[in-house]
Amino acid sequence: MRADREIAVDYLARVEGEGAMYLKLRGDEVVDLKFKIFEPPRFFEAFLRGRRFSEAPDITARICGICPIAYQTSACNAMESAGGVEVTGGLRDLRRLIYCGEWIESHALHVFFLHAPDFLGYDSAIQMAADLPDQVKMGLRLKQIGNRIMTVLGGREIHPINVRVGGFYRSPTVTELTALVPDLEWALEAALTTVRWVAELPFPDFDREYQFVSLADSDEFPIEGGRIVSNRGLDIEVAEWSDHFEETHVPWSNALHARRRDGSSYHVGPMARYALNSEKLTAAAREAARQAGLGPVCTNPFRSIIVRAVEIAFACEEALRLINRYTRPPTPYLDVQPRNVTGHGASEAPRGMLYHRYDIDSEGLIVDAHIVPPTSQNQLSIEEDLHAYVPGRTGLTDERLQWELEQAIRCYDPCISCATHFLDLTVERT
Amino acid sequence: MRRLVIGVGNPMRGDDGAGPEVARRVTSVEGYRGATGSYELMDVWEGADEVIIVDAARSGSEPGTIHRFDAQDGPLPAGVIGASTHSIGVAEVIEMARSLERLPERLFVYGIEISDLTPGSELSQTVERAVTALVDEIDHA
Repeated sequence: MRADREIAVDYLARVEGEGAMYLKLRGDEVVDLKFKIFEPPRFFEAFLRGRRFSEAPDITARICGICPIAYQTSACNAMESAGGVEVTGGLRDLRRLIYCGEWIESHALHVFFLHAPDFLGYDSAIQMAADLPDQVKMGLRLKQIGNRIMTVLGGREIHPINVRVGGFYRSPTVTELTALVPDLEWALEAALTTVRWVAELPFPDFDREYQFVSLADSDEFPIEGGRIVSNRGLDIEVAEWSDHFEETHVPWSNALHARRRDGSSYHVGPMARYALNSEKLTAAAREAARQAGLGPVCTNPFRSIIVRAVEIAFACEEALRLINRYTRPPTPYLDVQPRNVTGHGASEAPRGMLYHRYDIDSEGLIVDAHIVPPTSQNQLSIEEDLHAYVPGRTGLTDERLQWELEQAIRCYDPCISCATHFLDLTVERT
Repeated sequence: MRRLVIGVGNPMRGDDGAGPEVARRVTSVEGYRGATGSYELMDVWEGADEVIIVDAARSGSEPGTIHRFDAQDGPLPAGVIGASTHSIGVAEVIEMARSLERLPERLFVYGIEISDLTPGSELSQTVERAVTALVDEIDHA
């Protein structure tokens, strides 16, 4: 009889929000394994009830300080689809551009400060900075440039205030955008350097057959919208989300677990976007991916750090392309007036697809709201990764095994604060 | 010489707003409010010769106690200046800046010992008195 062995991480470092991990082994057998989210629920869906449809972008932006644009965009998409309005042309370009800023800022934070230290044996980015100051400085500047795009288009970098249903309160001038070009040209080169750097990191030998789900656009790499597709043949309108996906509550997580209706897990985020859209990457990003040896699909979650770096390069290139063709739109926004209707919207948050649904009444007030962030959708996949990773590695010391499992969780760049936005509080009285 | 006071904390959480309140009230120096202790602090203090960071402290001392640290003396003692809810606090930013050689020439950190963090509440009386005293000290330095 082998003694039970427990590895418990009560407080995961370098993730956004409060989560834990628990593993119980009996010999080489995994007896229990949980990715736990104990951050308290945040009730955003309940806050939204009774508010005007036009308030959803600003209220939901508060769910996350790292990816507010994702929340604003998915909310705008939902309200616009509810109102029968499609945002196209220059306004769509602006929406895509501000989102590029968010990808650059969020991915730079994760690649340089949260995930790279794992591969190099540092406990933190601060420790890493003592040995690798040039990389850390590069990461900081990339993040700053992403933030700057968000500030120029959004009024400020965290919880921008210039995004509204139908477009923007004010559109930037051509001069304001072209002022970003030198920084973005530097950022593109820095991102390509980053791809080369992270491609050389030591990666565990680990691959899984994922069900990848992301948005897809007809000819551009998906950011601000599209249809929902998978590598198992799914190809649906965003409005059909709930016909194919569902959320369930598990006792060890304050974030709902999303899964396919057949019970299977799926994977959203950079690896899913890449697997389903890699041929639509911009030229330099595509070439960088090729040189990094990514292939058309990447199934080793640890190598997601390379995919994120490729997406930083893509976002810089895409931002330059959008700025280059920019002319100020005739109006900064389109009028949208949803009434007595349900609206669905999705966009590609840095961590993966973010789905919103709103029921709007005859006065334009929100009756019901439903928000499904990427980390909720990835929880099942994270747990399956951990289950698959442990067998064959039980000979590792507790300390080493814990390190590698935490690293595996961080492959998803989990945003626990986002994931716990939900929950209805039901008070039963007798 | 450019002097800058940076107030770190959330004014909507009672005494955690002590730092921003000091930055709001100082008159002899430039004040910067609304910062959380993230790496962006290094951008905020870029170009300043003397920087004073005011943050909430929770070391177990009497509420209202004012702690003072000179960043040139080395890392801040652990567990005094409030850790950020965003996982990177003032102490971490200072150490990052030290590694990257981005510390201002003079950097002082004041920690005001806090007691009440009730969301939506005002500063407690004790902390209010400490804020007044610290503003006076900075303005007359």
